[in-house]
Amino acid sequence: MLSIVVCVKAVPDPKEADKIRIDPVTKSLTRLDLPLVINSLDQNALEAALQFKERFGAHITVFSMGPPSAGNVMKECLALGADVGILLSDPAFAGADALATAFTLAQAIEKLDEVDVVLCGRASSDGATEWVGPELAIFLEMPVVSMVSEFVETEGPCWQVKSDIENGYRLMQVELPAVFTVTQDVNTPRTLSFSGIIKARKKEITTWGLVDLGESAQSVGLKGSPTIVSDLTYIESKRACQIIEGTLEEKADILVAKLVEAGFI
Amino acid sequence: MSRQRSSVWVIAEQINGQVLGVSLELIGQARKIADDLGVPVEAVLLGNEIGDQAEMLLFSGADVVYLGDSPDFEVYQPEIYTERIVSLSKDVQPQIMLIGSTYVGRELAPLIAAKLETGLTAHCIDLVISGEGILEQKIPAYGGIMSIICPDKRPQMATVTQGVFPMPRLDEDRSGKIVPVEPPEGVKVRVETLDVVLKEPVGVLLESAPIVVAGGSGAGSIEGWKEIEALAEVLNAALGSTRPAVDEGWADLETMIGQSGKMVSPELYIGVGLSGELQHMVGIVGAKVMIAINNDAKAPVFEQVDFGVVEDCRVFVPAFVKALKNNEACAGRATHVT
Repeated sequence: MLSIVVCVKAVPDPKEADKIRIDPVTKSLTRLDLPLVINSLDQNALEAALQFKERFGAHITVFSMGPPSAGNVMKECLALGADVGILLSDPAFAGADALATAFTLAQAIEKLDEVDVVLCGRASSDGATEWVGPELAIFLEMPVVSMVSEFVETEGPCWQVKSDIENGYRLMQVELPAVFTVTQDVNTPRTLSFSGIIKARKKEITTWGLVDLGESAQSVGLKGSPTIVSDLTYIESKRACQIIEGTLEEKADILVAKLVEAGFI
Repeated sequence: MSRQRSSVWVIAEQINGQVLGVSLELIGQARKIADDLGVPVEAVLLGNEIGDQAEMLLFSGADVVYLGDSPDFEVYQPEIYTERIVSLSKDVQPQIMLIGSTYVGRELAPLIAAKLETGLTAHCIDLVISGEGILEQKIPAYGGIMSIICPDKRPQMATVTQGVFPMPRLDEDRSGKIVPVEPPEGVKVRVETLDVVLKEPVGVLLESAPIVVAGGSGAGSIEGWKEIEALAEVLNAALGSTRPAVDEGWADLETMIGQSGKMVSPELYIGVGLSGELQHMVGIVGAKVMIAINNDAKAPVFEQVDFGVVEDCRVFVPAFVKALKNNEACAGRATHVT
């Protein structure tokens, strides 16, 4: 049976995330109390794991590093069919950049007895760096294929996958254990079922902190992050906007006239 | 000490023996940064039978090219490329390493950064040297610009998307040093590129389209998205998207405009149902005329365009398409008469 790890991130709800702004006066961020949801691409990673479980049996452990409130996202993963949820939560983990996040996740994953496959979403909606999957692979000393849009061959110890590139793909062969980051094309994530929610009630979420990982505070969180934010600048608007007034049809006609006038049509 | 004197690196990328434009753009910016620091620009180029391309890098502004010219480097092989660049970096100790935000670059960069245990900033829209000689890596965030630095670890690493920096002028009289590098030995290959399959791009190319229509989450549904597609079609425009539209599954990642997507510089840009997040807006470089359609009059997009329509795009776009078609029909009749 495959042992699969899925890394998920609890992110501010993207539908509300544009409410986080830089205050032009204080230069600090406003509205940091947004509800957390599972990062969209991580749902594809979990779905891939669930499909492997259905096809040839697998034990799925979900890891997430985040505040205690990320526990809700973890519960959702268990209700969708993951077997174990481990939340990495400790004030010492706060402020981690991609490298410190990957390092912390790797320390946690290495505590498991055996791991065949590690799945991550291609990127997170808030950080959007795409770094955690490949960096995790380096710390776990595993090979990685990023941007996987299709698992072509998944029998045996050598898998073949399609990895997206500009206007096409690379066909990759990789020896397990390996890390994969997936795109949204890899599958369509399932939605929560009532029975899943009931079953998940019996599953427990374990929380690990710095002590459980046996790491020093120097190598995690803000202290373990080589990059820091040095400045935030508020941007003044660049163009004077003319709002077009009128009824719906009038606005449409005026806009067409503007395009004709400018020679676009 | 030696750290302060060390070079600015660009990891150049080639496909089918041709160096990518983004690599040359990065050499151009690296030249500016290196001149500020008073240090050389060095490029690393791995490929097969690509000696002529190494010269291109010198003409673009590099002082040194580390050239790996071998069948082993023909296509990107993650472990071989990573090992070669990491061991060379440990020997040469560059203070800065820049990589194009291509699909390959976006995998290779974090592999190198984690091996070197250093910081890596994603998809920068500007790179400048601070008074202290530190690389300030600018990214759009939260309606403003965030400066990220890597104060202690070296190299300071960043990726940049094609089109962020201008293409440098090629100076064919420029000369420099080409230093051959051999494929690394003893790399345990566990992941291998078996084949590279490319398809012909379809539709109007975003990067060169005179008119770009971009849609965002305001489309509301795939039906709403189809209306925006119809608008692009009637204008003979390329259709672009924002990250939320890609996340919803309406648009392909290939069509995403912005910091981590494509840079476009159309004559006319029409943003439909998008709020004007800077991550998207920084991708529209020097558009001549900009229009936004959004139901929220307070949306930041209205501060960044020339004309605004405050309407729900799901209602307005069909009306707009109808008006455009009417106009087309009138214009068509007029032509017919003359």
